[in-house]
Amino acid sequence: MATVDIRAVTKAYGSTPVIHGVDIDIHDGEFVVLVGPSGCGKSTLLRMIAGLENISGGEIRIGNRVVNEVPPKERDIAMVFQNYALYPHMTVGANMGFSLKLRKAPKAEIDARVNRAAGILGLSHLLDRFPRQLSGGQRQRVAMGRAIVRDPQVFLFDEPLSNLDAKLRVQMRTEIKELHQRLKTTTVYVTHDQIEAMTMADKIVVMHDGVVEQIGAPLDLYDQPANQFVAGFIGSPSMNFIKGKVQVNGTAAFVTPSGAKFPLDRVPEGAVGKDAIYGLRPEHVRIDPQGVPVEIVVVEPTGSEILAIVRVGEQEIACLFRERLSLAPGETIHISPQPGMTHLFDAVSGQRL
Amino acid sequence: MADIAAHQASHSSFRSWLSRVGQGRHLLGLLFLLPAAVFLLLFLTYPLGLGVWLGFTDTRIGREGVFIGLENYQSLFDDSVFLLSVFNTILYTVGASILKFALGLWLALLLNQNLPFKSFFRAIVLLPWVVPTVLSAIAFWWIFDAQFSVISWALIKLGLIDHNINFLGDTTNARASVIAANVWRGIPFVAISLLAGLQTIPQSLHEAATLDGATGWQRFRYITLPMLSPIIAVVMTFSVLFTFTDFQLIYVLTRGGPLNATHLMATLSFQRAIPGGQLGEGAAIAVAMIPFLLSAILFSYFGLQRRKWQQGGGD
Ligand SMILES: Nc1ncnc2c1ncn2[C@@H]1O[C@H](COP(=O)(O)OP(=O)(O)OP(=O)(O)O)[C@@H](O)[C@H]1O
Ligand SMILES: [Mg+2]
Repeated sequence: MATVDIRAVTKAYGSTPVIHGVDIDIHDGEFVVLVGPSGCGKSTLLRMIAGLENISGGEIRIGNRVVNEVPPKERDIAMVFQNYALYPHMTVGANMGFSLKLRKAPKAEIDARVNRAAGILGLSHLLDRFPRQLSGGQRQRVAMGRAIVRDPQVFLFDEPLSNLDAKLRVQMRTEIKELHQRLKTTTVYVTHDQIEAMTMADKIVVMHDGVVEQIGAPLDLYDQPANQFVAGFIGSPSMNFIKGKVQVNGTAAFVTPSGAKFPLDRVPEGAVGKDAIYGLRPEHVRIDPQGVPVEIVVVEPTGSEILAIVRVGEQEIACLFRERLSLAPGETIHISPQPGMTHLFDAVSGQRL
Repeated sequence: MADIAAHQASHSSFRSWLSRVGQGRHLLGLLFLLPAAVFLLLFLTYPLGLGVWLGFTDTRIGREGVFIGLENYQSLFDDSVFLLSVFNTILYTVGASILKFALGLWLALLLNQNLPFKSFFRAIVLLPWVVPTVLSAIAFWWIFDAQFSVISWALIKLGLIDHNINFLGDTTNARASVIAANVWRGIPFVAISLLAGLQTIPQSLHEAATLDGATGWQRFRYITLPMLSPIIAVVMTFSVLFTFTDFQLIYVLTRGGPLNATHLMATLSFQRAIPGGQLGEGAAIAVAMIPFLLSAILFSYFGLQRRKWQQGGGD
């Protein structure tokens, strides 16, 4: 187990920069999730930690050792690839024991460690099969087994669940989390799925276009997004962004161009009179007779909750209600945000106000 | 109007006939197979059958032969030239195939790296293959010339030897020379086929092996080679068949000489049958190649079988 420190790391392919100065501290035994939209550089960063890509600038340390020039095999890390990268011509057992065999470990030790890992992952009855004879979920487990057997300093996962169906993904999510609680190995996990990030991470790193937008615990990112990008990325369904201005006529309020007034939790300094973005999560909208009148556009009941799209002037707002309300398109309802659950962003920079 | 109705009637009767044939799926299948079967019989087995038949006769050019049973084969067993040609053929095939495999694999690995001018080099490798065999044989004939050989000239200039090498006049040299020419000619096929095979090995397997701690040699030994083995089996089967039946190179370079040291079964068969006029005997020599070829095919059949790890679905 080890810490991983990423300091001002940059990466360019030829003259195209793809990572622009990233700083991340990963503590010993921490489960860190790198999340961000496709093409933001998550895999590239992970592969730089693994040593599969060289580092254009900055410094990566694993357990206080600078590894920029250290070849992959000496970094003592194990990686689970998106396509699993199982050796097709080796049995499950041989796949898992391959690294030990290369290290010339005694046969008895290899068998013992492979059997232990297979036991943890429920693969004991599959050890003599070839990868092609396994289901997708089983292959995924073998790929994890191959990593566990090594007992490395750091686990790296690159979107390991993206080839699985939705149900299996939820199950494997739990298994990986349990595995981490059991082994306590420092883990860096890449995904573009924010639910995966929220449910698994000790710490989430949100990336966008090669820069880190925010680092924090899942609930901190949810409660205090540093900017509009993080606010929109974390949470599902995503946050509503309403355009308007902060005005103070008696009480401070956020006023949309159509004149609707939303209450503010606090009035940030210097925000008065300026264009701003009002952030409101769908699940923080409630019915309130004293609230803002809105017109219902679409109603989507899912059983446990009702998603309603409503209109304020020209702008649409998604609302999520837990109660079984009888709503019909065309009706007017009154809504207000839950106190303390609103966000305000600068209209130009997108930074939290 | 009546015309159209008649047309439709005939059309529908044709359709019903088709559907009736379609009922018996086997019948329909046979029907579709028929042209291919006739073609195969006529063009593949007829010449083969004729050759085998000729081997049992004493046919000569310009004279109808009679059936003489195994007499041709009996005389071949006592024929020292024939026995030498069998030895030569095996030596030629084994020597050339091993060299082609080793050099071809090496070239393929080299071309699979990220070289500058990659496609240029790949095109170059194909050159020996796109040149007509006779032309390259003539070029080699010139290269191996006793007086004007460029190799001898270069070695003399370098001060490594002091007189011309007699490439095609000495039995050992001649054997080595024709093998060299065959290797040169056969390498592109091996190299390009293996290169295609190498490119089907996913990069992530190499990355996974690197992270597992494999050195370059270990990656080759444990990943590349086993995953390439199905392709190697196919390529080497073909390569052995081509080499075993080689004719053009030898015929242009040495005509089997000196002292029959480079006579292969194919060249001897031709020599006896056409210039020698003994069609029956020539055919018998050619037929004698069949058991060798069959055993080579049988051998590779097991190599060609789908490996256990290749069975089942992909990703
Ligand atoms: N070998 C390469 N040469 C040039 N550009 C590359 C190369 N590999 C990746 N890139 C670029 O680097 C950027 C980041 O790629 P990366 O694979 O890290 O994205 P990602 O965040 O993992 O995306 P995804 O979620 O789709 O996997 C992309 O814009 C991509 O086009
Ligand atoms: Mg990726």
